Amino acid sequence: MSTINSIKLEIEAKSQNESFARNVVASFFTQLNPTLEQIEDLKTAVSEAVTNCIVHAYKSTQQGKIEIVCSLNDEGYIQIVIRDYGQGISDVKQAMKPFYTTGNEGERSGMGFTVMQAFCDKVDVVSHDGETAVTLVKKI
Amino acid sequence: MELYVDFEGSTLIFRLVGELDEHSAEFVKRKLDSTLLDSNYSDVVLDLSRLSFMDSTGIGVIIGRYKIVRKQNKNIYVKNPSPTVDKIFKMSGLYEIITKI
Repeated sequence: MSTINSIKLEIEAKSQNESFARNVVASFFTQLNPTLEQIEDLKTAVSEAVTNCIVHAYKSTQQGKIEIVCSLNDEGYIQIVIRDYGQGISDVKQAMKPFYTTGNEGERSGMGFTVMQAFCDKVDVVSHDGETAVTLVKKI
Repeated sequence: MELYVDFEGSTLIFRLVGELDEHSAEFVKRKLDSTLLDSNYSDVVLDLSRLSFMDSTGIGVIIGRYKIVRKQNKNIYVKNPSPTVDKIFKMSGLYEIITKI
């Protein structure tokens, strides 16, 4: 498998950039002629990952950077890596459980990673304090 | 995000137009909550036919409103979700507490 195309996007961790980010990612992958459902799945998964960066890594301070790297390979797999440089996830396994959310955040559903897993073929999370990378993989 | 409020008889209808995500969630919560507190209604319908996007932030918003409506001993329903929004409702178990009409 080799990468045939890629883009790198950097956005500020502001909630108004969420829509922009998911729509840029969706636009990039239209070159693979995905179905509408596949595009909507991707947009939703990207939105979840970006929301996690804004709300959890950067604590809704609206400050910090989020990097999004999209690539596609010659077998029709797409990979999206969403990286932040905020507070890491202390227990990734626990964070990925359905309905898990950290206590004091009002009406959060705790379903972010569950949605990512449902809408992608593979979700990997690597986190330590100061950097978290979420990798989403989906076959188109 | 836009939110329109209507009555059909005594049923309170909220029409959500646009994208429900982290950015729009606060606006939606405030608007829904102030209307729910200020209105006399028999039940509530969320019309999602023009909701083009929703992620798990929306699940939290809807569960929060469900709790408010149930506290008032009323019911809340949804109608016309897009296929993707429908998928989120199904996978999150929202349909176990909120009926689609």
